[in-house]
Amino acid sequence: MTLMSYRQALHDTLRSEMLRDENVMLMGEEIGVFEGSYKITAGLLAEFGEKRVRDTPIAEEGFTGAAIGAAMLGLRPVVELMTINFSLIAIDQIVNHAAKIYGMFGGQAKVPMVIRTPGGGGQQLGATHSQNIELYYAFVPGLKVVAPSTPADAKALMLAAIRDDDPVLFLENLALYNTKGEVPDHDEPAVIGKAKVTREGSHLTLIGYSRMAYVAKKIADQLADTDHLDIEVVDLCSLRPLDRETIINSVKKTSCAVVVEDDWLTYGIGAEVAATISDGAFDYLDAPVRRVAMAEVPMPYAKSLETAALPSEDDIIQAIYQTLDAIGHRRSKTGPHD
Amino acid sequence: MIDITMPRLSDTMEEGTIATWHKKVGDTIKVGDLLCEIESDKATMEYEAYEAGTLAEIVVPAGELVAIGTLIARVDNGKGDAPKAAAPVATPEPVAATPAPAPAAVAPVAAPVEHDAVGVVASPLVRRLAREQSLDLSSVRGTGPGGRIIRADLDKAAPAHVTETPRGAALPMTSGPLVDEKRGSSEIPFTPVRRVIARRLGDSARSIPHFYVTASADAEALVTLRAELNEQLAALGRPKVSINDLLIRACALALREHPLVNASYVSDSSPTMLVHDRVNIGVAVASNNGLVVPVLVDADHKTVSELGAEAKELITQASTKGLSIDQMSGGTFTISNLGMFGVEEFTAIINPPEGAILAVGGTKKEAVVVGDEIAIHHVMRYTLSADHRIIDGALAAQFLQTLTRLIENPLSLII
Repeated sequence: MTLMSYRQALHDTLRSEMLRDENVMLMGEEIGVFEGSYKITAGLLAEFGEKRVRDTPIAEEGFTGAAIGAAMLGLRPVVELMTINFSLIAIDQIVNHAAKIYGMFGGQAKVPMVIRTPGGGGQQLGATHSQNIELYYAFVPGLKVVAPSTPADAKALMLAAIRDDDPVLFLENLALYNTKGEVPDHDEPAVIGKAKVTREGSHLTLIGYSRMAYVAKKIADQLADTDHLDIEVVDLCSLRPLDRETIINSVKKTSCAVVVEDDWLTYGIGAEVAATISDGAFDYLDAPVRRVAMAEVPMPYAKSLETAALPSEDDIIQAIYQTLDAIGHRRSKTGPHD
Repeated sequence: MIDITMPRLSDTMEEGTIATWHKKVGDTIKVGDLLCEIESDKATMEYEAYEAGTLAEIVVPAGELVAIGTLIARVDNGKGDAPKAAAPVATPEPVAATPAPAPAAVAPVAAPVEHDAVGVVASPLVRRLAREQSLDLSSVRGTGPGGRIIRADLDKAAPAHVTETPRGAALPMTSGPLVDEKRGSSEIPFTPVRRVIARRLGDSARSIPHFYVTASADAEALVTLRAELNEQLAALGRPKVSINDLLIRACALALREHPLVNASYVSDSSPTMLVHDRVNIGVAVASNNGLVVPVLVDADHKTVSELGAEAKELITQASTKGLSIDQMSGGTFTISNLGMFGVEEFTAIINPPEGAILAVGGTKKEAVVVGDEIAIHHVMRYTLSADHRIIDGALAAQFLQTLTRLIENPLSLII
């Protein structure tokens, strides 16, 4: 185990995969000479050369399409889209080509590519650069969408994504790049499509992914101290395929759930999770599933408004309290809870 | 500052009464605290705080009836009068771009919960446990939002389901029946239905000057007619009619002849009383879910077999999935029949805002004088309880006279 940042884990994994397999190559805007807007690809151009680390024009549709072609012919391209917002330029390539080619052409060509891209608001980047639109891709059969929340998962899921024969959208998060955690030294890929119970508990199931899985874990740990609450945290890790079994089993244990997400509420990932619970754990629910999400507005630029629009820790705690109140769970601030 | 308004507790509710305030001005309120109890026309529901703060003002005192949406109290949440834009906590409403008014997002009552439409409101978990453990949820008081029964309520209620009273359990009673180590008293929680009965009939008995007029009818012709009718109905494969169905029809016709009995006292301050054009007859039913009174609307426009079919349907529904508030609303007169229990006669308490109720005893054979001969005929006794504020003794007597005439000449009920 080595303590490192999420950024470092991504960098090191890309490097080790490039060393392992010469078909792995990187493409994206400013990833070479400039070493990446978020420095994930620092040093890789110098080490691997221009053939395997390609700086591209500012033309997401073009280079995503080029990567799809390269993948069809046997390479394993890892494309960096500077933020998920810019994926909208390339969405036709991703949705209509990367996701469809294997099925539409009878399995003649696979598209083993990874699209790395960070989501996340809160950086005062304005409405067009602060979106969390991973849902657009999680919606599409033919794609896989993973969303690690820790450095260890970033490594394990990157290993899995690069080695997977399907196109994988790999969701990173601006606010997670500097977070640190222990990362295993071995190269054991994750199983795509498996969620993780990152904290076991019995009072309530708190579900999130990416940054919100990180926030959920933090809040659960905090409430264990301050309120003696025993909250189970489920980190979805993968949005497609979605690990419905882990979600359902957790709610069967706790009988209530709060889903937190950085995207918008309506039609969001949380809605799918809530429907999953309703399908699979209906007879175990003691209270309606609550969702906490971003305000339904284009992200404001002003810091105060941006903060107000994002789901806050306090919003999540209130939703937890309301859900526990609804099942008659009396919180204790003085002694251990029975 | 958060404005608390009268919630809509059912689709048909237009106004509600604050039954009790459980908080005083100045009290600290936590999320989930019981603020007050609110009565719609047929049910009392608990209203819980959905935001924390201090109760700043009670605008509508207990006992007052106000329309839905009326400001009933204000809670100071320390945020002044310009509440933050709706929190992104899940609400069914999309959060508006401009700061939404707080009450919309606060959503004081979780959802319009209709106790009566589904019998009891319980979480899916509770329903499963009730199925598995054969628990009767109608006797469990729900403490979740909107009165929903939650698992915690089952834990609390568990002792009530145990037939054996805990030996020597310490009872809170200070002056009551003597308790020994073997036999004491046990607490049975009130169901919502029981609480409504307790309050409404308590109010009725205390505030309405009841008087009672009893009469009897020779029901021989009625019993014979019923037998003939049922023979024909059976041949047609249609459901039978009961004595009670014929009685509903008789009351409907009698009320048409005496419209002033089909009336309501409004209030001490009202210069008028209300006389109802429509004849909607409630039938008291001892259902599995408690005493309920489904209403047969426009009973005077329906035939005996229509009334019979409708009454049967409502009575079945009362014991199975429960009745909706609609199905128990709008009555102008009630019939309570305990004849099937062998009761000869009894008196009933008026079901407000109705003006009268008929208590019906059993139909049984008695020795009666016909002409100058003693004969064995079926006889039925019934007692009208009337609200003396709007109905006088003579009117009540005339109503019974008409009713007796209709029962003794039952062909008039089916033509």
